[in-house]
Amino acid sequence: MNDLYAWAAIALITLAATTGDVLLAYSMKRVGDVGELWKTHGVAAVVGRILTTPTFFLGVLAMAVAFYSLLFGLSWGNLSLVVPASASLTFVANAVAARIFLHERVGRRRWLAALLVAAGVILMAL
Amino acid sequence: MFHSRLLAAEGCQLAAVTFRKYLILAGIVVFSTLGDSLLARGMKELGAVSLHDFSGLLFAVVNPWVGFGVLLLLAFFASYMSALSWADLTYVLPATSLSYVLVALIGRIGFHEEIAPIRWLGIALIAAGVGFVAAGPSITPIRHRQPHSENTGPDLGLPSAVSQEVKP
Repeated sequence: MNDLYAWAAIALITLAATTGDVLLAYSMKRVGDVGELWKTHGVAAVVGRILTTPTFFLGVLAMAVAFYSLLFGLSWGNLSLVVPASASLTFVANAVAARIFLHERVGRRRWLAALLVAAGVILMAL
Repeated sequence: MFHSRLLAAEGCQLAAVTFRKYLILAGIVVFSTLGDSLLARGMKELGAVSLHDFSGLLFAVVNPWVGFGVLLLLAFFASYMSALSWADLTYVLPATSLSYVLVALIGRIGFHEEIAPIRWLGIALIAAGVGFVAAGPSITPIRHRQPHSENTGPDLGLPSAVSQEVKP
């Protein structure tokens, strides 16, 4: 039963973290290259642009949900299961979500990278 | 929407990963690793925080380890947002996964923890993944950002119009 709770928490962490990453990436693409913006318009313009992007706050909210799900997941399951499982699933889920929602070009190279990192994270937790 | 903005950005060589941008990617790795380590060390000093009494967390930042850890995590978030403004999510995430390796190396060098062979294999896989993604383009040019297009791409070192146009 505890296992079921742990995997439910892992699923929730993965979903929330992926949602957060996609929303933050989308927001920052709308803001534009902050290095260029800083050079041309100053730091106040960068902060203002980010703070007037609603999806940025949704992304931060999703990240907060992921963080608190992690805390609850840790109280139900083992550290050595919850952290690597959710981290490696998030790498793979992000590759899928970035392709679908951000229309990023996820070719063989990036798929391989995501899978290698996900596998490596699991091995490092063993 | 953001498509028109990206179209404009493409004209000014947004895709080139300069030395400054590699520094920001390195910053993500270092700030997140050190921030987490300092936070963990400070929270161990403070002891368990009750879920029913959050006031303990308000005073946690007074602890120098925790306070400095939070500052480093803020620096991490700023560099992460910066990186996402000029690179794809599927580039930034694998490229910065070296933080897992750095944690293990800090444990090995700083605390003399043994690294088991299987964990060395994990480190090798992560490093290989980082190398793979870092050698490729950092951002999808806007004219290729078509929904539902087949994206097997000109990857794995094959020279093509796309991979050439996004190199520095």
